[in-house]
Amino acid sequence: MIEVKGLKKKFGKVTVLDGLDITINKGDKMVLVGPSGCGKSTFLRCLNQLEVPDGGEIWFDGQLVNSPKTDINAVRRRMGMVFQHFNLFPHLTVKQNITLAPVMQKLKTQAQADEQAMQLLERIGLADKADAYPNTLSGGQKQRIAIVRALAMDPDVLLFDEPTSALDPEMVGEVLQLMKELAASGMTMVVVTHEMGFAREVANRVVFINEGMVQEDEPPEEFFSNPKNPRLQEFLSKVL
Amino acid sequence: MGLLQSFFESDFWQIHIYTNFIAEDRWKYLTDGLKVTIIITLAALVIGIVLGALVAVVRVTHDKAGRPGLGLRLLNAVCQFYLTVIRGTPVMVQLLIMYFVVFATVDPGKLAVAIIAFGINSGAYVAEIFRSGIMSVDPGQMEAGRSLGLNYAQVMTRIIMPQAVKNILPTLNNEFIALVKETAVVGYIALGDLTRGGDQIRSQTWDAFPPLLAVALIYLAIVMLLEKLGKIVERRLAQSDRS
Repeated sequence: MIEVKGLKKKFGKVTVLDGLDITINKGDKMVLVGPSGCGKSTFLRCLNQLEVPDGGEIWFDGQLVNSPKTDINAVRRRMGMVFQHFNLFPHLTVKQNITLAPVMQKLKTQAQADEQAMQLLERIGLADKADAYPNTLSGGQKQRIAIVRALAMDPDVLLFDEPTSALDPEMVGEVLQLMKELAASGMTMVVVTHEMGFAREVANRVVFINEGMVQEDEPPEEFFSNPKNPRLQEFLSKVL
Repeated sequence: MGLLQSFFESDFWQIHIYTNFIAEDRWKYLTDGLKVTIIITLAALVIGIVLGALVAVVRVTHDKAGRPGLGLRLLNAVCQFYLTVIRGTPVMVQLLIMYFVVFATVDPGKLAVAIIAFGINSGAYVAEIFRSGIMSVDPGQMEAGRSLGLNYAQVMTRIIMPQAVKNILPTLNNEFIALVKETAVVGYIALGDLTRGGDQIRSQTWDAFPPLLAVALIYLAIVMLLEKLGKIVERRLAQSDRS
């Protein structure tokens, strides 16, 4: 589904991605882990071109994403993203947050989008917040609505950039629960997270990124019980 | 009855009020002048906001683009030049140049000249206000909008600008208040605004204080009204801040 070849990205003189190769298959639940500054978030942000890579290729269903000829907005419509700091639109109500993009891009009428928004909110138990503004919500509620906002575009793949890192500890569970449900429904997911429990339980592939490259890519049992890469062994000994 | 009669026979009424405002319908200088002041201000306001928002977007887009294209660089240079020249010279000089030089041969009417001059002038100040407003919006907002497939212009108009406007409302209102009072110099191109109207009365009655005081009070009332309006709008836009 997504094929990344030799991805390179520099910020100034610092090389963040140094020829990263990886293939993401349909239905994959891929969790990316690694020490901070290893390039996992940058990699994720390159996938939908929030960061423009300096070199390499990103293919999405046979289309070269990082080509000037590609309609990047069309790619992003199919590639949802969830951010660490939620990035809900504070001047819009919860329902407007969810319906704005599909309606503006004429993918749905306002009535269709409203109906879908209410169904999604129903599903996460926040239907009563439809007309509330984001600032009245807790962090966990905000993040779940941000996930729903991405879902309202009917994406083929969802990218999560540390979705629970900015949350109070007691709110992490509700967001992970929603992500688990999404995974169970068959959504293709690429998740950057420090939640090793989530990686163990939900992922079918856990990927260790270090020094801008993929250094290990295994199913979770193998990844956690039998790490081969010495840097990964050191990393796991610190985080587990 | 006697009190009222002696009031109307008093010097205060006869000389200061009656002569200045009622005799020969002199009050019309003030009402006609007020109309002109309001028309110039409102029209210049609209031009200023549109121009200012456009210039601000060009500047922000240019500054945020890693490698801006030639067109954008050119556009940015034009905006930069506009800001420097307009903010670097007195509005009265701009008005005089507009009237006696730019529109020396084709005369679109004094009112139009004043509107254009003040609109262009206000646009420069509004542009910098808008720019600071746009910069104050969290960059994550643009990323979230773009990640949903919206294009740059869509995110700008529906997500960034509404938040920017809310942030800059008090400063913007301040600019409007300044604009109302700045229009007082249009008398220099012989346009009969409020200030000019009061001065006309003075020149006819040789009694300076009442007409000029009246003019001052009218400006003050307009400004106080604008302050009140600004607060109301701010409060209405702040509804999403309540938590």
